Amino acid sequence: MSAATAPLSEGSTHEPDRARITVASAVSDTLVIARRNLLRNVRLPQLLLFATVQPIMFLLLFNFVFGGAIEGVLPPAAGGNYINWLVPGLIIQISTFGAGQTAIGLADDLDRGVIDRFRSLPMARSAVLTGRTFADLARNAAVVSLMMVVGFGIGFRYQTSFLGFLAGLLLGLLFSYALSWMMATIGLYVKTPEAVQSAVFLPVFPLVFASSVFLPTATMPSWLQAFADNQPITVITNALRGLMLGPGALPPGTSVSGAILTSLAWIAGITLVFSYLAVRAYRRAVD
Amino acid sequence: MPTSEPIVEVRDVVRCFGQVRALDGVSLAFEPGIIYGLLGPNGAGKTTLIRVLATLLRPDRGTVRVAGVDVVADPTGARARIGLAGQFAAVDEFLTGRENVEMVGRLYGLSAAETRRRSDEVLARIGLTHAAGRQVGTYSGGMRRRLDLAASLVGRPQVMFLDEPTTGIDPRNRMELWELIEDLVRSGTTVLLTTQYLDEADRLAHRIGVIDRGTIVSEGTADELKDAVGGAVLQLRVADDRREEAVAILRRVSGEEATYLPRERHVRIPARHGSRTLLEAVRALDAVGIEPDDLALHKPSLDDVFLALTGEAATHALTEQEPQEP
Repeated sequence: MSAATAPLSEGSTHEPDRARITVASAVSDTLVIARRNLLRNVRLPQLLLFATVQPIMFLLLFNFVFGGAIEGVLPPAAGGNYINWLVPGLIIQISTFGAGQTAIGLADDLDRGVIDRFRSLPMARSAVLTGRTFADLARNAAVVSLMMVVGFGIGFRYQTSFLGFLAGLLLGLLFSYALSWMMATIGLYVKTPEAVQSAVFLPVFPLVFASSVFLPTATMPSWLQAFADNQPITVITNALRGLMLGPGALPPGTSVSGAILTSLAWIAGITLVFSYLAVRAYRRAVD
Repeated sequence: MPTSEPIVEVRDVVRCFGQVRALDGVSLAFEPGIIYGLLGPNGAGKTTLIRVLATLLRPDRGTVRVAGVDVVADPTGARARIGLAGQFAAVDEFLTGRENVEMVGRLYGLSAAETRRRSDEVLARIGLTHAAGRQVGTYSGGMRRRLDLAASLVGRPQVMFLDEPTTGIDPRNRMELWELIEDLVRSGTTVLLTTQYLDEADRLAHRIGVIDRGTIVSEGTADELKDAVGGAVLQLRVADDRREEAVAILRRVSGEEATYLPRERHVRIPARHGSRTLLEAVRALDAVGIEPDDLALHKPSLDDVFLALTGEAATHALTEQEPQEP
């Protein structure tokens, strides 16, 4: 600490290293923030554990506990195996739960003054949010990949083509990215990390369970079925099943291409609306 | 006074939160190369002012210029010239010390190579080179604080804003932080720090602004502020039956009016010439055989200043003791 002669002294006349934000610097800032957020996932063992153990636990529990009872009511496109039906649904469920991390991470950064530090630096404002959502997308891709390995291990087989399977994965990840913006909005409005935990799961649980993620909606009471069939999680899950299992996996009267188009519309709509709301919430949260 | 342009210039700044006027017409300006101490009780507006200066809050009214840049008109330009360390160590526990500094460097817009070079300098300077590769989660509180305070140095800011840099820090670490801050200023950085500790302002700040209820109520060097409250005061106790005699002698020696505090049975009188007045008073009392008890020469502390300027109760206490001009 006695380094009074360290060459950091610059007086007060030098030109700053960056005086305005360009597209290139916004991209660079986004990558810096995304890298930081990803390191958080890798370095904090408890995060890593939860992120990986939870989806696998869901996969194993639902498959082995419910599978036998449910197989009878599945459409033939599932090939008589609940695991085939379950995996596309779980991709969406995992993506939805995983997006909640966006809210928790942002609230945590707000709480600890990290966002203040970022905002006092000559960096692109948008990078705090884009860096966060991109990092969460990458994390989610890793978690889903891991779940797929286990899924294949316990018998999942796509019934269409590898391309169809990949397209389904891609669609699921796009959906998780859209949800990240919704979760960012929640995190920035609620702010308190502890409260954010519950605030995130409040919309997530009914949406995931009142959907076709675990079971066909056909046995639900008609009022619930009306909701379940039209809410985005069912729409996206159906699109994934169409892509991975074929048109026979869809409820009567729906087509694979229709489900994909509706899904893309939901993804675009959610992203647009919530990226706008998240940016607004970000401004509010910090002023 | 120096002739250079002020590096920080705040004019009539108002900032409200709902009905609360957190800043109610703050004005201050100071030249580069100093430590400016913003002293005030909790809720006085210190943090709000730091947040306005660091572009985290927009003022409702007034102008703020930092290093010649209007922070409202050109926040990015201002950010490129400042560094901020808030009340909480905003460093990432899961990153190493080096990664923390390098991240800030990249966000200042430095190239990867330049970031590495300057990070080495910063880490050496704050004595964390040996721990640079360890995750901050393993650091002590003092190390974290040092890292937090110094991380923005990587961007070579002209002005550093430090919000209560030593709050909640043990005495040894506090000394280290003080030395670090003094070191910063020696190497050309200007520092504005807020504090509620008078000894901190006394030790560090070249200029002190006392802030209370959103306005600067007094400003000057520590000595000027103490003088404003009154110079040194001679205080003693004598036997009751010789008090009048003693007061007359003291009045002659100091040339000022004495005050009697009945509760403590103390006689107080301004001592313009400090210890010389003390000596003369003791000799004069001794000559007539009065033996003073509880004899002391009080220099006003910044505590006196602080209480006089911001606390009502303290103001009453002081008027009783205030030297009265003949």
